[in-house]
Amino acid sequence: MMKAIRILLLLLSVSTITLAQENIFTYNKLPSVKLKTVKGLPFISDSITNNNKPVIISFWATWCKPCVRELTTISDVYDDWVEETGVKLFAISVDDSRSTTLVGPMINGKGWDFTVLLDPNSDFKRAMNVGPIPHTFLLNGKGEVVFQHTSFAEGDELSLIEMVRKLNRGEEVK
Amino acid sequence: MNTRICYFLGSILLLFLIPEIAKSQDFLKGSEVHGSMQADASYYLTDPGTGITDSTLDGKLIRMNAFTEVNYSLGNFTAGMRFEAYLPPLIGYDAQYNGLGVPYWYVNYKNDFIDITAGNFYEQFGYGMMLRTYQEWTLGYDNSLRGIRVKVMPVKGITFKGVYGVQRNYWEPFEDYNRGIVKGFDADFFLNDIFTSLNDAKVKLTLGGSFVSDYQQGSTKDIPYNGQILELKMPENVSNYGGRFNLNIGDFNWFTEYAHKINDPSARNNYIYKNGDGLFTNLSFSKPGLGISLMSKWIDNMSYKSDRSVTNNMVNINYLPSITKEHTYALASMYPYSTQPDGEVGISGTVTLHFRKNSALGGKTGLSVAANFSQVNGIKKTPVNDTTMVGQIGTAGYTSTFYGADNIVNYQDANLEVTKKFGKKWKGIFTYLYQTYNKDVVEGHAAGDYGTVYSQIGIADVAWNITKKHTLRWELQGLWTKQDKGNWVAGVIELTISPAWFISVMDQYNYGNSMSSERLNYYTLSAGYTNHTTRIALSYGRQREGIICVGGVCRFVPATNGLTLTVTSSF
Repeated sequence: MMKAIRILLLLLSVSTITLAQENIFTYNKLPSVKLKTVKGLPFISDSITNNNKPVIISFWATWCKPCVRELTTISDVYDDWVEETGVKLFAISVDDSRSTTLVGPMINGKGWDFTVLLDPNSDFKRAMNVGPIPHTFLLNGKGEVVFQHTSFAEGDELSLIEMVRKLNRGEEVK
Repeated sequence: MNTRICYFLGSILLLFLIPEIAKSQDFLKGSEVHGSMQADASYYLTDPGTGITDSTLDGKLIRMNAFTEVNYSLGNFTAGMRFEAYLPPLIGYDAQYNGLGVPYWYVNYKNDFIDITAGNFYEQFGYGMMLRTYQEWTLGYDNSLRGIRVKVMPVKGITFKGVYGVQRNYWEPFEDYNRGIVKGFDADFFLNDIFTSLNDAKVKLTLGGSFVSDYQQGSTKDIPYNGQILELKMPENVSNYGGRFNLNIGDFNWFTEYAHKINDPSARNNYIYKNGDGLFTNLSFSKPGLGISLMSKWIDNMSYKSDRSVTNNMVNINYLPSITKEHTYALASMYPYSTQPDGEVGISGTVTLHFRKNSALGGKTGLSVAANFSQVNGIKKTPVNDTTMVGQIGTAGYTSTFYGADNIVNYQDANLEVTKKFGKKWKGIFTYLYQTYNKDVVEGHAAGDYGTVYSQIGIADVAWNITKKHTLRWELQGLWTKQDKGNWVAGVIELTISPAWFISVMDQYNYGNSMSSERLNYYTLSAGYTNHTTRIALSYGRQREGIICVGGVCRFVPATNGLTLTVTSSF
């Protein structure tokens, strides 16, 4: 019992500190986790950048139907998005070794043009506290996460690109 | 008592002091706190149709699985923990989860050279045939290691990993060597980074090797057999080691991993003294518009657990995923395959094609086609001598030859999926599957009990964008078979309103069951609301019994009827 109270108090004190600071619950920069490219080459997550332009990160898997719907929908308009806003999408596949080898053929087979990275034991997913997928993050030009969303419904992509436009105009996104 | 008061006062002091120190010294500047949570709660009802009575429910009408995870980071330092509660566990989850506590906590320090974790961690060596620890909440699966992990990156392109710890087994504390101690070492070399002359070479090569050892106390074990007690000698240290490579040349990629395990008598393999072998190889070719993937796998006596008496899914040290395609449509996943660690040999091939918009086959909107075939057989096991049966307890078990398959098909799946857009507002995914499912082998029944199920499945999944924010999607599915429970039809209607709402109705109807009393409808009504990362969903209905698989692990779920609330959130 005493142990429980001590832990609770410690947690309380930590939360008091944290509340005293700004942006404590915001990802000010991405955690550094080892990922792989679909060609099996190493890639460190903190090199997900886009020359001070916004970045979209989407967690998905080949077996996740809503994820594939989301990426297919974005793929249809991705060229226009890039041309208009300069945004870059990184799709993080959390397929484990059962299906990692299917990711490369699938993205080519679907004609997706964005960067796809592999997170076979969900290390990056854990570091970003992602639960159910699809889960999408929007980063501003400074690399701070300004928006997150779980699940996908057709039309979500319109709100997403609207937020990218806002970021480009220097407006705040909530 | 005095110490208690001291602790209490000390904690209070800490509570007020730390923020002050923090403000004055700014040493916690840059701290971040993140986390996630999920709660799945069900209210169960009796259901004469599926045979659920008051005594089945045993008065435990409300059940809940829930967790909260909090992670704190500051510079190179991270710490976190996860609280879990199963009060009591949902139907279909192992009753041993009953209870609550903190099964997962860690502290980690990491820079460019070294990465040290104390506490629980998830780790994977290569493809996973020697070691993989991971968590799958929806399956109730967690085999995390608790101990120490060190990763060292001495130069660019080289990574060494060492792990040392004990695995999670529900809530059972590690004491008196009640399960094994796992040690592992892995080395990974990416040659193009190591040798500067190869930096820009077109050929990219990665080499890796792992060694894993499990120590379980007890050099003998008494096993009841034919009314007597067999005293068997046990190897206290069981090692599993091997190597891998990944070769990439332009659009081609070739990955292979081989593992060899020394003899490891266990309840899973009926205490036979035989070495284990595993080989996985994948060759893929992909360029824009075309993807091809060919896989093959050989598994012989490769179950590797940190407790030799465990026969369920827990305390697996290695990971042996199935090479068959994972399906998620309700009827396509009615007969899912899971790896048979005692022995199987399989092949799988996938071709995906994309015809761009405004091409001859793509039409105005483009067309995607994916075809997949896989087959898994048992392996040919030959008796070690005339007086010993194959797999006989306490013997060398059997002999096998590399890639020697028997003629028993465990599973076969041929499927074709076509994705097509019709104009700006309509999208369809059409799937056909032909599956062969050896129910006896996959579900562990005696040969001939149920036999093999041959099924044809057709699925149409059509979405209509009514407006920019409103989408109506429906699925029509049919499964036709002469075996097992006979034919099924299923339908789904789902309305989503971006960005927040969804509502869906689903029904699966076993109209072809040979027993008219079992021609049941399994209906579900669900609705949900999403705001940023918080999602609340409520569903009501009847769940059919079945097997849920994620990755390489499957779980049997009995039929249920009731109301389920799911809340997930993260920050």
